[in-house]
Amino acid sequence: MRRKALEFAFPKTIPVMAGYVFLGITYGILMSTKGLPWWLPIVTALVIYTGSMEFLMTDILLSSFNPVSAFVTALMVGARHLFYGISMLHKYSGTGTKKFYLIFATSDETFAVNYSEEIPEGMDKGLVYLIVSALDQFYWVFGAGLGGVLGAQISFNTKGLDFVMTAMFMTIFLNQWVKDGTDLKRIVKDHVSELIGVICSVMALMIFGPEKFIVPAMVLILLSLAVMRGWLEKEEGGEQE
Amino acid sequence: MTVLQKVITIAVVVLATMTTRFLPYILFPEGKEVPGFVKFLGRYLAPAVFGLLVVYCLKNVQITAGSHGIPEAIALLVTSALYFWKKGFILPMAGGTITYMILVQMVFA
Repeated sequence: MRRKALEFAFPKTIPVMAGYVFLGITYGILMSTKGLPWWLPIVTALVIYTGSMEFLMTDILLSSFNPVSAFVTALMVGARHLFYGISMLHKYSGTGTKKFYLIFATSDETFAVNYSEEIPEGMDKGLVYLIVSALDQFYWVFGAGLGGVLGAQISFNTKGLDFVMTAMFMTIFLNQWVKDGTDLKRIVKDHVSELIGVICSVMALMIFGPEKFIVPAMVLILLSLAVMRGWLEKEEGGEQE
Repeated sequence: MTVLQKVITIAVVVLATMTTRFLPYILFPEGKEVPGFVKFLGRYLAPAVFGLLVVYCLKNVQITAGSHGIPEAIALLVTSALYFWKKGFILPMAGGTITYMILVQMVFA
């Protein structure tokens, strides 16, 4: 039973492994080249465990002490977790004591993997989610630790390595796009949600700038979806008939 | 920052991050009927957020200055082409990242 769940879950985490180990190493190197101790990336990878915020930590920990600003920044950067939580309410229900860790370990990629997983009948879904979540965090901690230890010893030019995060989200986005339909005649109808996400984010970015656009973008996305709700549910209902 | 100040900073960041993760489950515990709008969001929000995350990664790209976002555009095209060619995750990610690294280190350096 456990073995089957592992055999099912592990392959789904391989792309995350590639991304997290690479990105984790990048993060660890960044921390150590900024003069922070080698073990700090491991600690933050264990307790904060959200890449974007951890990268920001490399700056925050070196600036003057301002816990209120750090708190607000973390809330804003982490705000997307609210969306993930709402999306996962149903999937994570009935997972018992595992649920605490599942919620704690919700990262962008773990969410993406667990959200799109179709678990076979009879398999313990909580166990599958747990294995995916724990493996993903292990990859991240491992990468961060390795990066912290290697630090300045690495001699090859790592410039541009952080694009792995962009490429990862792009691939996840495309994967969702294909899943929602590939019929060119229905390209707008099938992808309203994806289009709203991109258009609202670009608009918010142009208006509010790179440092402050996340929250306005989320508000715009929510409002747009709310406006489109009746139409979207009618479209979906129509397909099922 | 002193060591204590660093510890406090990390602690508040953990607190804030955990708030964003646990809040939905605290507001809608198991057994409690989830409102229709929240269920609707559960279905339609994720694809939009993936779009947001792509834009988020590109937020510091300047169209009017520097390399005009050309390396990013090329690398994303490579990523997309590899995805539509072979599906899967590793190949598009690796191909796009290596393309980008070559571009920013050699071509647009």
